[in-house]
Amino acid sequence: MLLLLLGIIVLHVAVLVLLFVSTIVSQWFIANGRTADLWQNCSTLGVSSSFQCIPSSTNEWLQSVQAMMILSIIFSVLSLFLFFCQLFTLTKGGRFYLTGIFQILAGLCVMSGAAIFTVRHTDWQPTTGDTAFGFAYILAWVAFPLAVTSGVIYVILRKRE
Amino acid sequence: MWSQGASGSGSLLLVAALFSALVLSPTLAIHVYTHREVHGTVGSQVTLSCSFWSSEWISEEVSITWLFQPETGKDTTSIFHFVKGQPYVDEVGTFKNRMEWVGDPHRKDGSIVIHNLEHTDNGTFTCDVKNPPDIAGKSSQVTLYVFEKVPTQYGVVLGSIIGGVLGLVILVVVLAYLIRYCWLRRQATLQRQLSAMEKGKLQRSAKDSSKRGRQPPVLYAMLDHSRSTKSASEKKSKGLLGESRKDKK
Repeated sequence: MLLLLLGIIVLHVAVLVLLFVSTIVSQWFIANGRTADLWQNCSTLGVSSSFQCIPSSTNEWLQSVQAMMILSIIFSVLSLFLFFCQLFTLTKGGRFYLTGIFQILAGLCVMSGAAIFTVRHTDWQPTTGDTAFGFAYILAWVAFPLAVTSGVIYVILRKRE
Repeated sequence: MWSQGASGSGSLLLVAALFSALVLSPTLAIHVYTHREVHGTVGSQVTLSCSFWSSEWISEEVSITWLFQPETGKDTTSIFHFVKGQPYVDEVGTFKNRMEWVGDPHRKDGSIVIHNLEHTDNGTFTCDVKNPPDIAGKSSQVTLYVFEKVPTQYGVVLGSIIGGVLGLVILVVVLAYLIRYCWLRRQATLQRQLSAMEKGKLQRSAKDSSKRGRQPPVLYAMLDHSRSTKSASEKKSKGLLGESRKDKK
């Protein structure tokens, strides 16, 4: 039982870390030595010269991706908080419905954010030359099934002791 | 970005200059105010507002001049002049037939409107006002940016999405709690009625078995009567609940 509890918390924290990393790190998109994320475009001038970052565009779709990522973080943090609340207040045999719902919402938000980025990144990124998605983008996609899984586990789980 | 920063520091300098001018020489100075930046889309119109403040009365000699320096060139051209109560509009240059005078010097307003914007209108406009004898003072500049489509301001969509979704979630949670609260209350009242009914039955049977006085059964009959006048749906649910209770037992 304790092991299960620990496992769930570790899974939840892992999802949170993934969400934070993918939101903050400037590696959503790589093109010709330039890296871009939701907040800024960075480029290295020359071989070992200065690393320059400029704020990213104010495209509506980019802003909605930002909003989705922030929402997913908010929901996931809220879910963790609610989990600890329900752990101490829930009656025996109750299910963690509220926690699960918020965690699933976080998963849906990160999915829609990443999906919007996939479809719409050409609106604000030039796609000439060799371009690739960065690891922060992949982490966002990894965070989606993990968040949904942990949300489903919360819903299935019944409280013991 | 750079130009914004530069204009920001420029305006700071301007404020400092104005401040020093105000403090050091409070008399005989004319102040001209414009926006710092104006955005417009191609084909639309834009108002270049210009207001001024003078320590003197507004005389008949007041003159207002608008100068234009295109983004791509160094030359400054005069595009508008107001003197002796008469506006003179550019009739040969780039703003031919596209400019309109909407100001009123007696209200300390020297604004102009530019219609049918083009990309070549990008540049700096300078408003200069002289109100003899009050002629000392700086002119003010406004930069016009013409876009194909005005870009959305940073954070507007972001904020509205986050606010909207959070508001929706809070609304749903509050609604769910309200519904649950009402349901629980209803359940509680039903439970109370049921328990009262059972207690009544028990007591009545006890009374019947003991066969004492006639008064209490009348009271219970009255209670029973009041219950029977309740709504049909409630009765039905009560009956169902009663049955389920019986089944459990």
